[in-house]
Amino acid sequence: MFKRIVSGIRSIGHRVIESIWRLGLASRFFMLVLLKSGTSFRRFGLVVRELYYSGVLSLIIIVVSGLFVGMVLGLQGYETLQKYGSESAVGTLVALSLVRELGPVVAALLFASRAGSAITAEIGLMKATEQLEAMALMAVDPIARIVAPRFWAGVISMPLLAAIFSVMGIYGGHLVTVIFIGVDEGSYWSQMQSAVDFRFDILNGFIKSCFFGVAVTAIAVFEGYNAPPTAEGVSGATTRTVVTSSLVILGLDFILTAFMFRGVS
Amino acid sequence: MQRTALDFWVGLFVLIGIAATMILSMKVGNLNVYNTSQNYVLTGHFENIGGLKVRAPVKSAGVVVGRVTDIQFSTQTYDAVVTMSLDSRFPFPKDTFASILTAGLLGEQYIGLAAGGDEAMLKDGDKLMKTNSAMVLEELIGRFLFDKASQSD
Repeated sequence: MFKRIVSGIRSIGHRVIESIWRLGLASRFFMLVLLKSGTSFRRFGLVVRELYYSGVLSLIIIVVSGLFVGMVLGLQGYETLQKYGSESAVGTLVALSLVRELGPVVAALLFASRAGSAITAEIGLMKATEQLEAMALMAVDPIARIVAPRFWAGVISMPLLAAIFSVMGIYGGHLVTVIFIGVDEGSYWSQMQSAVDFRFDILNGFIKSCFFGVAVTAIAVFEGYNAPPTAEGVSGATTRTVVTSSLVILGLDFILTAFMFRGVS
Repeated sequence: MQRTALDFWVGLFVLIGIAATMILSMKVGNLNVYNTSQNYVLTGHFENIGGLKVRAPVKSAGVVVGRVTDIQFSTQTYDAVVTMSLDSRFPFPKDTFASILTAGLLGEQYIGLAAGGDEAMLKDGDKLMKTNSAMVLEELIGRFLFDKASQSD
């Protein structure tokens, strides 16, 4: 009985130590990536190549989902606001919810599953097939050559993707409410403009998406680089990337929102 | 993929991203004169500010000329001190009347400025001398009932 309790406590302790150790490993790896990212700026072509894979190829999913999210927001917002006779405020509703929350968060979730998983799988497979070791043997630092360009490409493309998502959503809402339902076009834009503030809403949304970009790509490259060099290891690492980054995005979003919009009506 | 094609697509992506940011700030966010141009700051003491909030507009003749930047409670005079930042393209005379008004029946509250006839203009940091508090529904009803009661005597 006593032994069982001790072993239970021991397993909890083991798990806690394991996760803290892993967190420490991740932050040391993150620092290492930052320290060795000089190469990716000196040879910017490396980053451009990764921008194509993580940014340009994510464009379609971002544009289409932004459009549909905006259209649904417009429909639902219209249904509710119409009860209070204030359907002209639907532009405000669509724009504020997209710029503040949905744009950065949904774009980051899509980015994590579209580009983050690809980064992890690619780096993990490189490790499993010993390409990274081969590189290190040729005195090419794999972190500077492989990891850092992918990290910076993700950090650059995330805010751009979030902005594209928000704009597509606002035009999607415009399409549904103004063109299909017939809300007045002038009040759609003017109420939106009077409610959305550049510093409080747009800049804060931009800062959020920068944070998400750093978090998602840091998790993706870390999981890929530390994946066990087996087929199962790579698949597990890819899953962990998507799960961890989604949770981190949502948690980080709450913390950032609490700091940014506290006490501002 | 060829290097030139790759560069083209990435360039296009970055341009679209920057265009989206510009649309957000210009068309949606209405990044306008209040963030870039010169401002001057005025304060006003109000007996009751009702539901006035920081960042509420300051209007004159219906045109937005500034924003409320700060609302404090003064323990010296026991009233609300409202600080507002006005665009310096719009100077107002010294005897400008500031009142807290409501847009529509249930709309947001804003500060309305009615210009006076004084020759001297308000400067940065000046205090508005003439202010009018927000209408509070309970007080209004109370006054109405009181009037009714005194009439029936």
